Amino acid sequence: MTEQTPIRVVLVDDHAMFRTGVRAELRDSVQIVGEAADAQQAIAVVLETQPDVVLLDVHLPGGGGAEVLRQVHPKAPDVRFLALSVSDAAEDVIGTIRAGARGYVTKSITGHDLVAAIKRVADGDAVFSPRLAGFVLDAFAGGEAPSVDDDLDRLTQREREVLRLIARGYAYKEIAKELFISVKTVETHVSAVLRKLQLSNRYELTRWATDRRLV
Amino acid sequence: MASRAYACDHRDVTTTQPASEQDVQRSAGAREAPRFARRSDGRLVGGVSTGLAVHLGVQPLSVRITFALLAALGGFGVVLYLALWVFTPLDQTVAREQVDRAPAGVAAATRAGMRGRIRAARPGDLGQLAALVLLGLGIVGLLQNTPFGVSPGFLVPLLLAGFGVALIWRTADEKERERMAELVPNAPWLAAITGTNRTATVIRIAAGAAVIVVGVVAFLAGQGQLDATLDGLLGVVVVIVGIALIGGPWLWRMWRELDAERRERIISQERADMAAHLHDSVLQTLALIQKQAHDPRSVVTLARRQERDLRRWLYEDQAGEPASFAAALNRAAADIEDAHGVPIEVVTVGDCELDDLRRAVLNAAGEAAVNAAKHSGADSIDIYAEVEGEHVEVFVRDRGAGFDVDSIPDDRLGVRRSIIERMERHGGSAQIRSAPGEGTEVRLSTRKDET
Repeated sequence: MTEQTPIRVVLVDDHAMFRTGVRAELRDSVQIVGEAADAQQAIAVVLETQPDVVLLDVHLPGGGGAEVLRQVHPKAPDVRFLALSVSDAAEDVIGTIRAGARGYVTKSITGHDLVAAIKRVADGDAVFSPRLAGFVLDAFAGGEAPSVDDDLDRLTQREREVLRLIARGYAYKEIAKELFISVKTVETHVSAVLRKLQLSNRYELTRWATDRRLV
Repeated sequence: MASRAYACDHRDVTTTQPASEQDVQRSAGAREAPRFARRSDGRLVGGVSTGLAVHLGVQPLSVRITFALLAALGGFGVVLYLALWVFTPLDQTVAREQVDRAPAGVAAATRAGMRGRIRAARPGDLGQLAALVLLGLGIVGLLQNTPFGVSPGFLVPLLLAGFGVALIWRTADEKERERMAELVPNAPWLAAITGTNRTATVIRIAAGAAVIVVGVVAFLAGQGQLDATLDGLLGVVVVIVGIALIGGPWLWRMWRELDAERRERIISQERADMAAHLHDSVLQTLALIQKQAHDPRSVVTLARRQERDLRRWLYEDQAGEPASFAAALNRAAADIEDAHGVPIEVVTVGDCELDDLRRAVLNAAGEAAVNAAKHSGADSIDIYAEVEGEHVEVFVRDRGAGFDVDSIPDDRLGVRRSIIERMERHGGSAQIRSAPGEGTEVRLSTRKDET
């Protein structure tokens, strides 16, 4: 591990105790350049410090994490967001991803895994937990794209396989071994799924979300 | 997770002979149309057409063209549209109602403004609106000389009045105003009629009223009844102003008080529910943890169990049918987690009801998870279940010690009898992949082994 510059991270959470805990856990691995406790503060801090990664709580006073994403994204497209939440309700998970976050982990994640997730997001890749992969498979249930055409509304056979393995608890490296592809290819597939999830207006996706009260 | 049973049979609803009445009901439920509500995204005027199109499962454009054509029938389409606009709730109103039925944690976070609105409203295509209006006008013009025709002396005042009504109604429809306000940066000239401040509202209402008055006057003048109407009108205006002066403030205050009272009652009920739940669960667990402080393992188990309970209460649907496969799997995993103290992460895709074969899968999965918890030494277990049409597939995986599959001793009844033989007896299949040091994965399927 030879790191030239440490990853610059902003921590957004309304519980000061949680921020302290995460700060202590991350101290050796990343550089924490700012903290915020609500949406408005978060927007100001992120725009000012321009970090590599923002660790964003989903439930946040002042409009929630989605509000921060909506306001910061157009002004600072290079800042990447990793959502961190105690909630694993489907509407929160999918909603945050659709608002622009590149990954979603729950707060019970271990420090080591969190650092790995931050690094992955900083590199421009996506972070899918087993639960998120399950939600996506559920939302895109039925119908597979016949080939690798640019169809936003369907997952390809390969993407489906990758997601299924993530949902089964496989790490990217294990998925690569299982499918005889490189880790880079796994990351490409996951990023493609993320893009579809964010851009698709698929009717079934809307209906699935409405069923779970995402509006 | 357990609340959606449609995934089970959305594939074969076209069989000629339905198996049972229940099946018919379920397949009907699988295609249930979304509730009719005005849509906030992709709308042109009030979101009526878009909402209707989603409800009926057709293209919004065809509904819009239908309205435009109907408008030519003496304005029937316009009246129908306005009526639907008034009597149909906006989808966001429906959503707000649904928040009350959401899991407690989600609802609370929504009320506290900690979740925000997730979906940004997309404005519709203004060019299409113009085209539709022209279409309607063209048809009206075309029918001019037929029995359905409308004379220009009637049509022009009608259009003027309609424009005025639209201006004023936009003020009343709050969401509409927000949407227009978002367009202002692209079109600064709109600011006068879209601004949210007081002056702009007054200007807008005044302009709308003026246009309506001009329209009405033009109509009456055209009919040659202006003088007589004005006399009658004056009397009516005086009476209305009088009534408003007497009753207005009182009505207004009563309305506000009722509203406040209702809100307060809801809030106090919610507080009582929350307090009761916290007492029943969290306080008890905290007391237990204090007693067992010397035993870290049981403290972790207690905390984990409490977390799971609270999580379910806060973020999951309460109204899940207990007989569903996913619900049963979740419950089984929770029991094993309690008994053996190893966290089990369950992810399910789709859901369906339990039958004998699926119950066998469930029991075998439970057995596999118990084995993993007891023998693998892994610090967590992943269970993934996928329901696809009739078929169920479950994976139970740990990253623990693993073992050599070819040399399962005959006395290890768990693996042979409880998992593999059980699945084969019920017509399914089971496969075990494991190697020393690489963890174990058990795959259970309701399909016969294809390999």
